Formats: sequence, structure tokens, C-alpha cells
Amino acid sequence: MNKITSTAALLLSMGIALPAAAQEDTIKVGILHSLSGTMAISESTLKDEMLMLIEEQNEKGGLLGKQLEPVVMDPASDWSLYAEQARDMLTGDDKVDVIFGNWTSASRKAVLPVVEEENGLLFYPVQYEGEESSENIFYTGAAPNQQAIPAVDYLMSQGVERWALLGTDYVYPRTTNKILEAYLKDHGVADDDIMVNYTPFGFSNWQSIVSEVKDFGSQGKKTAVVSTINGDANVPFYTELSNQGISASDIPVVAFSVGEQELSGIDTGPLVGHMAAWNYFMSVDSDANYDFIDNWVEYTGDDMAVTNDPMEAHYIGFNMWLEAVREAGTTDVDAVKDSIIGVTVPNLSGGSSAMMPNHHITKPVMIGEIQDDGQFSVVWETSGNVAGDAWSDYLPESQNLISDWRAPLRCGKLNVDTMTCEDGAGAE
Amino acid sequence: MTPTHATNVRPEGMTGSQAGFGFRHCLTVVAVLLAWLAIVSPVQAEVTPQRAQALLQALDTDDFDAKAEAAQAIAASDAAQKTRWLEALLDGRLGRERRGERFYIITDDSGREWSIIDAITFEDAGTGSRRSVDAFRINNALRTQLQGLIASLSLDEGDEATRLEAAKRLIGEVDAQSVDAVAAKLDDEESPAVRAEIDTALALYRVEQGDASALATLRGNLDTRVRNSLSTIAASDAPIAAEAGETLAGIESKRAWYERGQTLFFGLSAGSVLVLAAIGLAITFGVMGVINMAHGELIMLGAYTTWMIQQLLPGQPGLALLLAIPGGFLVAAAFGILIERSVIRFLKGRPLETLLATFGISLILQQLVRTVFSPLNRRVNSPDWLQGAWQINEALSLTLNRLGVLLFCLVVFAALWALMRYTRLGLEVRAVTQNRAMARSMGVRAARVDMLTFGLGAGVAGLAGVALSQITNVGPNLGQSYIVDSFLVVVFGGVGNLWGTLVAGMSLGVINQVLQPWVGAVLAKVIVLVGVILFIQKRPQGLFAPKGRTS
Repeated sequence: MNKITSTAALLLSMGIALPAAAQEDTIKVGILHSLSGTMAISESTLKDEMLMLIEEQNEKGGLLGKQLEPVVMDPASDWSLYAEQARDMLTGDDKVDVIFGNWTSASRKAVLPVVEEENGLLFYPVQYEGEESSENIFYTGAAPNQQAIPAVDYLMSQGVERWALLGTDYVYPRTTNKILEAYLKDHGVADDDIMVNYTPFGFSNWQSIVSEVKDFGSQGKKTAVVSTINGDANVPFYTELSNQGISASDIPVVAFSVGEQELSGIDTGPLVGHMAAWNYFMSVDSDANYDFIDNWVEYTGDDMAVTNDPMEAHYIGFNMWLEAVREAGTTDVDAVKDSIIGVTVPNLSGGSSAMMPNHHITKPVMIGEIQDDGQFSVVWETSGNVAGDAWSDYLPESQNLISDWRAPLRCGKLNVDTMTCEDGAGAE
Repeated sequence: MTPTHATNVRPEGMTGSQAGFGFRHCLTVVAVLLAWLAIVSPVQAEVTPQRAQALLQALDTDDFDAKAEAAQAIAASDAAQKTRWLEALLDGRLGRERRGERFYIITDDSGREWSIIDAITFEDAGTGSRRSVDAFRINNALRTQLQGLIASLSLDEGDEATRLEAAKRLIGEVDAQSVDAVAAKLDDEESPAVRAEIDTALALYRVEQGDASALATLRGNLDTRVRNSLSTIAASDAPIAAEAGETLAGIESKRAWYERGQTLFFGLSAGSVLVLAAIGLAITFGVMGVINMAHGELIMLGAYTTWMIQQLLPGQPGLALLLAIPGGFLVAAAFGILIERSVIRFLKGRPLETLLATFGISLILQQLVRTVFSPLNRRVNSPDWLQGAWQINEALSLTLNRLGVLLFCLVVFAALWALMRYTRLGLEVRAVTQNRAMARSMGVRAARVDMLTFGLGAGVAGLAGVALSQITNVGPNLGQSYIVDSFLVVVFGGVGNLWGTLVAGMSLGVINQVLQPWVGAVLAKVIVLVGVILFIQKRPQGLFAPKGRTS
């Protein structure tokens, strides 16, 4: 039996089988990442990664005896187009069984009502601001407590007393900085010792802000910059830092949106020692990681190809979904939603990650320092996995909230004080 | 209790080790200073391979505190290889065999197979990779310490720059034990710059001890450590608090002046970027009345040309950048003429359609670049002479890349102005601008002038791209960020007027930088935009209006 399936799979993958029959017998995996427009810089890599993972899985015999078939769409960095195309994927002729996609929070917020209405599955691979839990979305990137809070803890242990929170002006940096400010004040940091600054997308005139930070940091207390600066604005920011002579030993910068891929556009020589907090670095020392990198280099045909944290998130998410489908024996969305909770799969840093009832996952948190070859060297990591927290414990409006999508509760926003459910099936 | 609440895993594994950062940092500085003061001349001898092995073995730990001690031990040892070891450790190139006892120095870590040598004998050991060699990691605290150790090992050959560096570190670090040694050092020192730093360090120590007469030396000193110490003293109830306060006030007012100078420079440099981006548009928009939405993409093409020339000339970023100036101009001008010949000339006098067509062209060019070069940003290296800053004093430094762009902008402006003022093309362009019909009846070939003008405007956009490659990303979206600002500058300055563009760009840059510290970057932009809109309401022709009946 097994042999027959694999022969069939082989034939399918070679494209010998009839197209009509192929369509009946495949499981469709939607990939919703921008391949054009501003976000193409980050998202196009994830599309390629998903295609690689699907190809590998098909070589291993597919899933439930069927081949996986990618359905790729290009929302062109246009948030409303994400929603439209997600609806197409879930209702159109090519009805997909699962979607892997999105990068920015704005695009996720656009897709959220669609996947809830059409009852789809979305795996979202990027670190985000939290304060959200949807029955149909699985958040495989980091919540603030899996990235921002441990990073600040690390800096505090390094003797940092003054904090410059710099960010791009949109929902993720604003929410993250709100959480961080509350957290820092809880730990006795005075108002005067916190500086908050927001800049527009693609900002490039960093001179006066960097000089302000330099001044802020020259008051005799150890100062650090916590950066939620996103995308293109990072290159001029780091260039300005190095030109104004701010090295990591004077004022270290810890960034939440700068990974290997972003660094590939910068000369990292002057940035050595600045930090980033992630759940995965390409330099992580594990065989799973080395195998993944080898496959990726082979797949892209580019010897200099880099891997990054959102790629690991998709790797984990994809394997979790495979496992959940196998367990449920079907790709039916409701069945998979139930079976995926508690599924544990290996991650790339040598451990394993589990899907929590709040649709977030457990992962280790690492701090890496930038090296002159554009890689990070891990200088610190949590001793174990940290579970993602959908609702931050440090914001007054969400500290009593939890999310638990298991039956019979099925609630994404449960107030544990009043035991009332504010969102989800359990609310009715 | 649901699993979601088991989330606050506090970072463990951070022990007191990192908390000792500040203290250890001081120790390093002191070690460097002591070495410097004593002028050590280490007698180096071979150590046994076993001893060398043991020294390196100590580095093989995950505890950065223990690693710091091991590095200290290496620096203090007699091993002849110690400087090389410490330098390799600093560069992340010292490592050990994963399944074995040997230690390696990675001599070339580009690519996935590294060439390695034995760390003890320096003999060639073939190649290794991440799977076979585990390079020792360092963190910021350890990096600072290593730099100090390496500096102290090479101090006996210290030139003036090294001594100056060491003397600068002295400020705020002098204490009762080292004061005599530092004072003695002052007598031996010949360089006035180094003497001045030592003087400051000694004076600061004396002031901290309550000596009011030493304040005179500190008057007007811009070093932040001096300012921080003085403000602590002025805020205390020490007998010299009032006098320290006076000195501090003097320092603060001096700093304030330099800070104003710095803001002006920031403003001018931000303005020069605007002028460069807008000046090409001022030509096309002013002369032909073409609203060219693809102007930003022409800038991008100039930047990509810079990148391509750098790829052709590896290792010579300076030469590549100089060659990119004509290169970027020609490539962008060629594209500009192509756009003009193939699209714009058929839409003459229909501004709305021109706008939509050129917007389409801009999207096509962006996606073209994405397809040809990939959507990822490209790295354009800066030559050495455009890196770092020109440090005028402690309070005022001008970053060289910005200074370069400012000068480049002025040169481009002057060249363009001369072209318009003194050449036949310039004359024809001005004639067409002022009265198209009349110029044509006088024998000026307006269509040819249109083409050349558009090519010129596009070429100047290419030059802007060459300059921007030094301060921002080179990627497909480069042009988008500048198109709105460019139109803003041109409209504010007065359509078709070069001086207007210069003044408008510079003043918008300065206003923006003055506002930014008060209201933040986002609001500063909003205020500038609202200000320009109000200004245009009052004076629709912009700052510098063309004279004559047309206006």
C-alpha cells in the first residue's frame, strides 16, 4: 500500500498524472505573502521557504497519502488586498485547507475577520504586539513576552538604567513600547530615564534623533536603545549611529525587527556588538539548523542565502499543521483546530515547540550580538521555553485577560476576574 | 491556572556575572592605564604547548565572567602567541574543534568552508566549517575588555594617537592612588594635545576633592564627563558648589551654541538631500509642465548604477563612487529620454494623463528592478573618506557622508545654474519656459529642447541617486520616499526656478530639524506640510515667482 502511494506520489510530483485527477487528490496550502511592493523585501523569502517545505514534504510522500499543492497569491503590500485574496483562497475554486501568510500587523488585522467568517486557518510567522487571539489564527512568531520583555531583562542585568525607546509609527512599536514603559516603571525606572520617539516608515534623516540619543546617553548613566524601528529605516539609522561614533560599548541598541536578512544590506563592521532579540538565529548551534540551512542554500542556489526568525516560525508552524492533520486524520478546519493544541514539534534551535491553548507557541528567547560577517552570536538565552502570552500582564487593560480555545471554554478573551468571556464561541 | 499564565519565565542563567559589568569595565581601564603609566616592556618567551593548551582551555566556557578571567590570564601570561589569540578572540575567529582537543584560528571566514590554522603552532590545519569548529563567543563587556587588553599589550609602541586615546580615558578615572603617577606623566609628555587631556583629568580630580582653584582649568571644557561631574558637585552642598555651578553654566551656554550650529548643519544636510532630489524635477516640471511621477524611480536608477559600478570594481568604493557620478547621470538621462520620447511627448498639454502615465511607469520601473535585482536591498559601500565624522570638538561633529552630500549638492546646483545661465541650451530652455509659442516662432526647436531638458532633469535625478546611495537604502522603494518631498520643494520654491528650489529645500530641511526635537519626526513633517499649504494659499506662485506676464 505504502509503496503504491509513494509511486503515485512520485508520478504526481513528476507531473505525469492527469491534472484533473491531481486536483482532486491534493491538499491545497495557501501562501499569502507579498511578492511586490514595499513588503516584498521581507515576505518574498517566506514564500520561497514555504515552497521548499512543501516540496520536501511531497518528496517524503505528502500528507494523508495526498500531495500538497501550493496556492500562491501576491497581495502586493496592499492591506485590503490581503483580505480579498484570503477570501478568494477560502471560497474560490482553489479552496485551500490552510493559509501561511502575512507579515505586518496591519495586514493580519485585515485578514482576521475574513478567516473567522470563512472559518479558515492562518499561520502568522512574525513577532507582533500581542493583545489579540483569534480562533482561526495561529501565532508562531513571538508575543511581547517572548521577545521584548526578556530583552529588557537582559539589558537591566547589564546595568542599563536609561532607556531610549525608538520605533516606527504604527501599531506594533506603539503597543510594544506601551508594554515596555509599564514594565520599566514597575521596575523602578524614573520617567526622566525613559525617552520615547516615533518616526515615519522609511525615515532616513536620523541625524538629530541620533544626536539626541547621544546626549540622552551622556548623562553618566548606562543607556541603551530599544529599537522597534521597522524595515527600510534601519539602514540609515545604523549608518548614522556608526558615523556619529556611537559604538555598542557606549550605547548598545537592541532591535526587535532586525534579523539576518535586514543586515545583508548593511556593512556590519561598525555595528559589532549591537543586539537583536529573537527566538532563532541563523548561527544557532544545532544539527536541525545546519540541515535546514543546507537545504535552503541548495533550494535557493545562493551560497550567501540567509535564514531568519520568521522562517523558523513557518518551519515550526508547517510541521505543527502536518502533525495536527495526521492526528485528526483529516484537513477539516474544526478538527485540526482541536487536534493542534498540544502538538509538539522540533524547532531549529535544538529543542521543541508546543502549540498552546491560546494559539501561541512555546519557544526559547535569545539575545544575539551582531558580528562583522552579518551574523549574530548568541550571548544569552532563556534556560527553557517561554510560552507566548496573548494578553500582556503589564498593561492594566489586559492583565486580567487570558485566552483558551480548548473545549468547552473556547474563549479568546476571558476575564479571569469576572469569569466572563468577551470574545469567542464561549461568549454565547 | 492555564498554561498561558506560566509565561513569566524570568531569565535565569544571568547571574551576578553580568551585573559586574561596570566594575570590570573600570578594572580594564585601570589595567590599561597602569600599563601605560609604567611603560611595560614584556619579555616574551615560548610557553610549553601544555601551558598554551591550558590557557586556551580556560576560554572554553559559556560563562562570560569566566571567559573574561581567562582572557586576563592570557594577557598576563608569557605566551608569545597571546596578542594573536586575543585579536582572534576579539574577531570571533578563535575556536576549538567540536570533537577533539585542538584549538584553531580561522584565517578566512568568508563562505561556508573556512581556512583554519592551529592556534598554538600557527600551522596550516586545512579547512573547517561551523559543524567542525566551535568559535568562542564574546559579548559587549568582554569586547571592551579585550580591546583594552590588546591596547595595553601594544602600548610600548604607542604613537601620539594611542597616548591621546589613553589620556582621554583618564578623565574621571584618576584617584588618590594614581594621582601622583599621572602628575609625573604630565612632566614627560611632549604633545600639547595629550598634556591638555591630562591637565583636565588632574583638574577634575582636584575639583572633586574640593579645590576651587582647579575650576579655572575646566572652564569651557566640553567633555561630557566633566559636565556630569560638575553638575553632581553643583547640586550637592559642597563648599565649592556655587563656583562649580558658575563654571557649569559657562560650559552649558557654550554647548548650547555648538548645538545650534549642529542643528543648522543637520538642517542644511537634510535640505541638501531635498534639493538634490527636487532639482531635476524643478527642471522638468518647470520647463515642460510635466508632472513626472517616475522621478523617484530615476533617482533609484542612479543609486543602482552606483551599486553596479561598485560590483564591477570590487575593493575600490572611492573610485567606483567617482565613476558613478557620470555613470548615474547617463543611465538616468537615457531612461528619461526614453520615457519622454515614448510616452510623454504624446500626452503634451494633458497633465492629468501625464501624471497617470508616469505613475504607471514608476510602478513598472520598480517591479523591473525587483525582478532583475531581487526585492532585497543592495549594499553600497562608502569609501573611507565618507565614513565617520569630522570631530571639531567634544560638542560638535559633522558626519562626513552628510557633509559630502551637502557639498555635492552645492556643486550640482552651481553646475546646473551655470548651464542654464551661460550655454545655448540654457538660453533655449529659458526661452521655452517663458513663452513657448514665441520661442518656437523664433526658431527654437521646442521638441528637441523638451527632450534634452527631460534628459537633463532625469540625469540630475540620477546624480541624486548616487548621493543617496551613501546615506540610505538602495532598494526598489528608494524613489517612493522622495517623490512627495520633491514636489513639495518645487511648489514651495516656485515652479521653474532653480534658486527657489535651493532656498525652499534648505529652509524646509532646517525647519524640519529645528522642529523635530520638540514635536517628533512625524508631527514635524505634518507641521511643515500644513505650513507649505498655508503659504501656497497666500502666495500660489511660490517663494520665487518667474517675472513677467506669465505669472
